[in-house]
Amino acid sequence: MFFLADFNVIKPDFGLLFWTSIFFVLFWVLIGKFAFKPIAESLKKRTADIQDALDEAKKAKEEMQALNSKNEDLIKEAQEQRALIIKEAKAAKESMINDAKAKAKEEANRIVSSAKAEIEAQKKAALVEVKNEVGQMALTIAEKVIRKELQGNPDQASFVDKLVGEIKLN
Amino acid sequence: MLRFFLSTIYIFSFALLGLAQHDHNHDHGDGHDHGDHSHAADGGHGHGATICGEQAHHEFNAGDNAIHHISDANVYSIGPLQIPLPVILYAPDKGWDFFMASKFHVELVGHGDGHVAYNGYVLDGGSVKRVTGAGFPEGEVNISGIVHKEIEVDGKKRDAAFVCYNNNLYPTDAKSTADGGLFGGGITSFYDFSITKNVTSMAIVLSFLSWLFLSVARAAKRNEGKAPTGLQNFMEPFVGFIQDEVAIPFLGEKSDKFLPFLLAIFFFILGLNLFGQIPFFGGSNVTGNLAVTAVLAIITFIITNINGNRDYWGHLFTAPGTPWFVKIILIPVELLGLFIKPVTLMLRLFANITAGHMVILIFVSFIFIFGKSGESIPGAMGGVVGAGLLTLFMMAIELVVAFVQAFVFTILTASYIGAATEEHHHDDAHAH
Repeated sequence: MFFLADFNVIKPDFGLLFWTSIFFVLFWVLIGKFAFKPIAESLKKRTADIQDALDEAKKAKEEMQALNSKNEDLIKEAQEQRALIIKEAKAAKESMINDAKAKAKEEANRIVSSAKAEIEAQKKAALVEVKNEVGQMALTIAEKVIRKELQGNPDQASFVDKLVGEIKLN
Repeated sequence: MLRFFLSTIYIFSFALLGLAQHDHNHDHGDGHDHGDHSHAADGGHGHGATICGEQAHHEFNAGDNAIHHISDANVYSIGPLQIPLPVILYAPDKGWDFFMASKFHVELVGHGDGHVAYNGYVLDGGSVKRVTGAGFPEGEVNISGIVHKEIEVDGKKRDAAFVCYNNNLYPTDAKSTADGGLFGGGITSFYDFSITKNVTSMAIVLSFLSWLFLSVARAAKRNEGKAPTGLQNFMEPFVGFIQDEVAIPFLGEKSDKFLPFLLAIFFFILGLNLFGQIPFFGGSNVTGNLAVTAVLAIITFIITNINGNRDYWGHLFTAPGTPWFVKIILIPVELLGLFIKPVTLMLRLFANITAGHMVILIFVSFIFIFGKSGESIPGAMGGVVGAGLLTLFMMAIELVVAFVQAFVFTILTASYIGAATEEHHHDDAHAH
């Protein structure tokens, strides 16, 4: 029977009941409020933060992929546009060259024809001048001949004068 | 390695203490004997000193020794040193008494026996007893010893302590206990509200835990948004474990409300379990004292039932979906279950921790049994080796038990609260 008599840990004594209640409730209320709650909240927040970070990384990866495919599209489009531009430029060049050629030909023709007209005018002027010179020279010669012939022959002089008057210069 | 070293020192010191105490008794054999046979180090070997005409038995009893060491006391033992603690006593017939246990002239090295009676109180094996015999003087009185005898109360044999004073034996009363006579205690002539060894241990452990968690909380605030380091990194997994493995599975979205309570329960039990295992430092058996586990169980009971919702009480009293005769059987069963749950919580923790402490103490007692209480030094040395190995093994197990019991108490508390606060949907109400 010594066990029941001496085994006093099974006999809850009032002092220990009292102090345990006080200590436990104080620990629960104070440490619960000022330590356990903030720690649990920070853990919860960190869990949420990590989840957010993972989600965001996944989202960023997806966005990156979308961006990459968009870039590829853009490059393709740009290449197409380049080809188009080159083609257009080539066409423009052709047409410009053709235009220039046509213009040059026209100009050349114009220059040639105006040169021809000039030449013609010059030729005419020269002919007139030659005619005049020849006329003068003929006159001079004729004058001299006539003077020699007509020296002493007044009739001849009046006839020559009459003839000279009839010559028409064209 | 450290544990092995500490255990070895612990065991050797017991052996040495046993030998020293043996000599001590011889020196003071002039009627100043403690006469208390429940002490490990009472090196007597049946030489039988005569105290107040009674034959005192000096035989080493491993069971008594173990019980002495797991008991609460009014002195704090660090190794063999006995540090007096404040004593607060209340007797309905004479009021309050406040004094230090040093008033009892307690031995500095020994087992907590007082050589002086103070205001009618004596210190017997570390715990206060009140002298009840008529004619015992108040104030400080030198006593010649305390004798333990078996007496018969209501046909049951009980161990009773008697104070030897002026060659007369005065009967004593142990302090009042709240077991209502169930375990041999009950209301006596006085109440002990002292700051005992267990209360001191609780204060030490709770101060340490408070410091620990307040600094972790501060670090959590300071390092917000940063990775945890050091102490914070070490302690957070424990909190996270209770949060993720205990609170959330049982309580769901209500876990935030009860988490501080569950954490308080867990760390209170774990801290005191582990503290009790430190060799030399008191070896306080706090969570192995029914008073402590009873308080935890009662608080759990209150928390569970004040948070019980309509479904919980409805199920308890009406047992829906069962025929009327089943209801008649079920309602008392359910009502009993209401109280059995906290009682099992209380007993499980108490029994596990007390058993662990007792097994280690019994193993250590092998040294004295094999050494014949100091007579046979080779026997004692053999006992040291055997007890050392067994104690090492047991301490490793107790380390696991400390965690497991704290966890079991917490998870069962969570499950009881969870069952009381669970929301039932109407369609499956009949399935229960």
